[in-house]
Amino acid sequence: MTKTVTDVICPFCGTLCDDLEVVVSKDGKNLLEVYNACAIGAEKFLQSQAKDRHTRPRMRQEDGSWKEISYDEAIEYTAKMLADAKKPLMYGWSSTNCEAQAVGSEIGEYVGAVMDNTATVCHGTSLIAVQDIGIPSCTLGEVKNRADRILFWGCNPAHAHPRHMSRYSIFPRGFFTGKGHTGRKMIVVDPRVTDTARIADVHLQIEQGRDYELLDALRVAFKGEQLPDVVAGIPKEKIYEVAETLKSGRFAIIFFGMGVTQSLGKNHNIDAAIAVTRDLNEYTKAAIMPMRGHYNVTGSGQVWGWQFGFPFAVDLSRGFARYNPGETTSNDLLRRGEVDAVFVLGSDPGAHFPFSSVKKIYGLPSVAVEPHETPTTEVCKVHVPVAFVGIEVGGCAYRMDNVPIETRKVVDAPEGMMTDEEFLTHVLARVKEIKGV
Amino acid sequence: METVTLTIIKQPELYLEADCISPDVFAETTGEIADLPVYVGREQHRLGDFFEISGRAGTTPAGTKIIVKGDLSRVKYIGMKMTAGEVVIDGNADMYVGAWMQGGKITVNGDVDAFAGTGMKGGELRINGNAGNYLGSAYRGDWRGMTGGRIVVTGDAGSDLGTFMNGGEIVVGGNVDVHVATHAEGGTIIIKGDAKSRLGGQMVEGEIYVFGDIDVMMPGFAYRKDVDLEVDGAKGRFALYEGDLGERHRKRKGQMIYGKLYQLVRP
Amino acid sequence: MTEYLIKNGFVFDPVLGIRGDVTDIAIKGDKIVETDAVKNPRVIDATGKTVMAGGVDVHAHVAGPKVNIGRNFRPEDKLFNTRPGRGVERMQGGFSVPTTIRTGYNYARMGYTTVMEAAMPPLYARHTHEEMRDTPIIDQGAFPVFGNNWFVLEYLKNNEIDNAAAYIAWLLRATKGYAVKVVNPGGTEAWGWGLNCENVHDPVPYFDITPAQIVRGLIEANEYLGLPHSMHIHANNLGNPGNYTTTLDTFKLSEGVKPRGRFGRDQVMHHTHVQFHSYGGDSWGNMDSKADKIMDYVNSHDNITIDMGQVTLDETTTMTADGPFEHHLTELNHLKWANADVELETAAGVVPYVYSPNIKVCAIQWCIGLELALLAKDPMRVFMTTDHPNAGPFIRYPRIMKWLMSQEAREQQLDAFKHKDKVIDATHIAGIDRELDLYEIAQMTRAGSAKALGISDICGGLAPGLTADVAVFDFNPNEPYVPDDIEKAFGDAEHLFKTGVHVINGHEIVSNGNKRTLWVNARVHENPQVVRDVKEKFLRYYTVTLNNYEVHGHHYVPNPYVIEVDATQ
Repeated sequence: MTKTVTDVICPFCGTLCDDLEVVVSKDGKNLLEVYNACAIGAEKFLQSQAKDRHTRPRMRQEDGSWKEISYDEAIEYTAKMLADAKKPLMYGWSSTNCEAQAVGSEIGEYVGAVMDNTATVCHGTSLIAVQDIGIPSCTLGEVKNRADRILFWGCNPAHAHPRHMSRYSIFPRGFFTGKGHTGRKMIVVDPRVTDTARIADVHLQIEQGRDYELLDALRVAFKGEQLPDVVAGIPKEKIYEVAETLKSGRFAIIFFGMGVTQSLGKNHNIDAAIAVTRDLNEYTKAAIMPMRGHYNVTGSGQVWGWQFGFPFAVDLSRGFARYNPGETTSNDLLRRGEVDAVFVLGSDPGAHFPFSSVKKIYGLPSVAVEPHETPTTEVCKVHVPVAFVGIEVGGCAYRMDNVPIETRKVVDAPEGMMTDEEFLTHVLARVKEIKGV
Repeated sequence: METVTLTIIKQPELYLEADCISPDVFAETTGEIADLPVYVGREQHRLGDFFEISGRAGTTPAGTKIIVKGDLSRVKYIGMKMTAGEVVIDGNADMYVGAWMQGGKITVNGDVDAFAGTGMKGGELRINGNAGNYLGSAYRGDWRGMTGGRIVVTGDAGSDLGTFMNGGEIVVGGNVDVHVATHAEGGTIIIKGDAKSRLGGQMVEGEIYVFGDIDVMMPGFAYRKDVDLEVDGAKGRFALYEGDLGERHRKRKGQMIYGKLYQLVRP
Repeated sequence: MTEYLIKNGFVFDPVLGIRGDVTDIAIKGDKIVETDAVKNPRVIDATGKTVMAGGVDVHAHVAGPKVNIGRNFRPEDKLFNTRPGRGVERMQGGFSVPTTIRTGYNYARMGYTTVMEAAMPPLYARHTHEEMRDTPIIDQGAFPVFGNNWFVLEYLKNNEIDNAAAYIAWLLRATKGYAVKVVNPGGTEAWGWGLNCENVHDPVPYFDITPAQIVRGLIEANEYLGLPHSMHIHANNLGNPGNYTTTLDTFKLSEGVKPRGRFGRDQVMHHTHVQFHSYGGDSWGNMDSKADKIMDYVNSHDNITIDMGQVTLDETTTMTADGPFEHHLTELNHLKWANADVELETAAGVVPYVYSPNIKVCAIQWCIGLELALLAKDPMRVFMTTDHPNAGPFIRYPRIMKWLMSQEAREQQLDAFKHKDKVIDATHIAGIDRELDLYEIAQMTRAGSAKALGISDICGGLAPGLTADVAVFDFNPNEPYVPDDIEKAFGDAEHLFKTGVHVINGHEIVSNGNKRTLWVNARVHENPQVVRDVKEKFLRYYTVTLNNYEVHGHHYVPNPYVIEVDATQ
């Protein structure tokens, strides 16, 4: 006998699909099937069932081998490492729930940590742009129900957010969009002919690294001013045409991804894209939205927002919160040697950071809290495996449009495993003891 | 003018935050200068733990000169928020030199890292060396960037020069990286060397002068005419471009006011 | 149970009718009790000091998605404006949009203990609750917005009050909400297309309904249910010259409706931040104060309450579910603009704003807010707010008290305006010599707001049986003082008791309190049509499933205070 859990939330990407159905064994210990999820999402659920999964913390020995340790020992090592450090980096927080993030912030306050999340190598630049110019945005349901001009800039949802187009942006029939995709014009800006670009009505195959210029050209075109003959590899006629297409819509939306956030100009590209959106609101209705990657990177920015006032790169070392990307961002801290311990939870900097930063992590006291074995766990001194959030424990997560959804527990974690929140709560208690508060 | 000389005798394990190295703080302290607080991460130390200190401060910021010597490439915030007096840095310094400075003079005989002159309101910041990114820019989110004062860099400057500049002047002797005067609504930037791209993006008002090459001109800048000018003591013929045509602009006396980008026309 | 006796203070309490008489206040456990009911109390010597109930803020934007947009997109709001944690206090930061931690502490420092979050987008209810949970000390409730909700528009188009009421009851429960909030009725839905509804008869695109129908229908649905609070409205046409006529038209929609229910309020409409809605003229050049016309109406109609929305002349962050207004504002001041439209429900915009004493319009706005309070015949129906942070941060309440209590303080400010003469010409303030006393202030900040919210049986006064929310201020009303003494004393409570917990002692925060979340659970008869409509809309138009919509208690509302309403009778 099996049972089916409905309305399950997928803890993979920022699309945060909440219509999955998961079949589990009657005793709730084994996860058998996953329906409605994309291939990546389904794989994440099924992977949690891997038999060779680590279920207890382990500590790297002098000779490089690993030795299993108890959770208590891992808590002690972590608390001591953080309490001893002058300026520890507490990084990650994007693949966990808001409950754990909140406990993490409290630890960060006591130890004077720098709190940073994966936005630092992803949409942090978007957040900087929002601070400079704002962001007219909306929920994904507004896109579904109203949008008739869809622009994907530097992102490839067909692969990175596989259900985005079918659930929200291109194919669904909403209240005012009864014709589905036939009523929408889809524009893709990408130097590559991606699978997303292939199904677009218009593909602007932009010259690599010239996004800022093309966005500026669109703004010039909106105002009817003269353009050079070619901008960013695109003939001006095409730019005027796309500008007109956007202006003539009833509701335009721009989705953008790491193709623009991490290429030349970074935050400035997004700043210009937001300016394009602002401009469009003088002619019609328009919104813009970052295609957030990790399923709860958005939540981490929200939790820190209300607790400290900043969405990432929050330096608590002086007893109050400061923020300045370029200084308080993880890679700058690591590159410059500004931190003396590294705690990672819910992310894989070993895979995503530049090699020079990863080498710095390897040379420092370090802990990785992570269900999987990852490149990060392999460079850290202690690896603390934990239950999968959204599979083995529930908790709040924020979708790419900031909508909070409570993820569900569908199966039990292997016996005796802690959750992120439990582990952090123990570390917090121990840190308070050490600090005498 | 009284002079205090600081010589670094111990390098911090991480970085040293020394926002107390300012004529205002030195002149106003009633205790020992050596006892002023500095920070390494969450730890508070004394300025005297890291610097040998000689001389004494004046009774006013204007009457106080500070000379800082040695390798200061791990020391942040020198001259932050100073309103008067003088600071001379003999060596390379880290971030935030002269940030939020309102008056007085800072001379750096060496390089500075990022965020020098952030949100500067007045005074003079002279860097006899190179500057990092965000020279004379706004703090994150603030639409009031540099509003006054003068920054001179003899060498090169990094990216994001003069973001949200509203006033004052920045002169760069060498080359600059991308993004100059983004969102500027005033002020003057003079670049004696070459520039890469994205000059005057989203610029509302203000002036940029470039003596060397520009790799890529913004599509929102349109050539208007050639003009003969004297810029920072140098006479020459400049091509005037106006922009950013994609951005909003004010009208004054019926005339639309654009950002102005002048490039030296080489014979 | 812990007992306290606050002895010999000058007590101002409209609930007991005490006007500054020296009276002892006793606390036992979480309640105020008769002084002879405490046996061995800890004594707080309040000799020469002012004692009041904890403040009750009827309208502020302190938690939720748009507030957090304001925080996250304004790092400059926190630059050099932080306070390190120490003792039980956690780190704090931010001026116009403080962190949740600072929000709780700063309200407590002003002697406030109950604060209503004025606009909760239902789809973001979890977010709002997470922030309230992390706001220490103060009790809070949140008002879900209804005025542009598709269910409401469709029910009220056909005047289906019972269906609208059943939906309201369902949504209050699903979001753990407190009251029916309306923001720019119809106009915010129109903003989904970049449009607006500028007066009460301007039809809502597609939905075939007018703002007047929405407002009237929601008042009736609110009274059908007999909720603790009345319908709480931010009307159409906010912030525009000449808008006072829209405001009066909106007021009139309340005529003929009587309050129902057991909560003791007299109003059926609360109109918020009326300062923003009291402008004459037809351009920024000739805009003037119509506070007199507005207050003529309010003073002669018992079924309306209002709050001020006082401009404090600060740099602040505006934020409202009035999406088209924020777009209008960013076009005026060119500062950064965030917008957040919410499917089927609402929208929000956020724009920083600098209220400068050198700008005539800002100075006129300052006058209008004060005029509303100074022209009020019944301070039980006119409440002090800044529509935080829209007209200014709430930490200025003590400064507003100073302006209300001292003509001298008002004149000082008038003198400081660059365009003083033009400002005086456009307003009535120069001719008003009224100085409010602390009893009237207590009406405007405690007894009146608690009554309007339907919680006068819980807080807002010092009568035995009420929750022990008590503030002691270092202010002697019988000694000579200068106006600034008022601001200083009431911004820095010497003692504060919140639900019986001593949270401020000797001006120091000594406890993070026992914060509660107030929400309203209204029981209605089963309504199959509404159940069916809800299912259908979730299936077809929402992007979350119905089963993932409801906010469940444990994490979001760890310490609930549920007010039960039985509308089945």
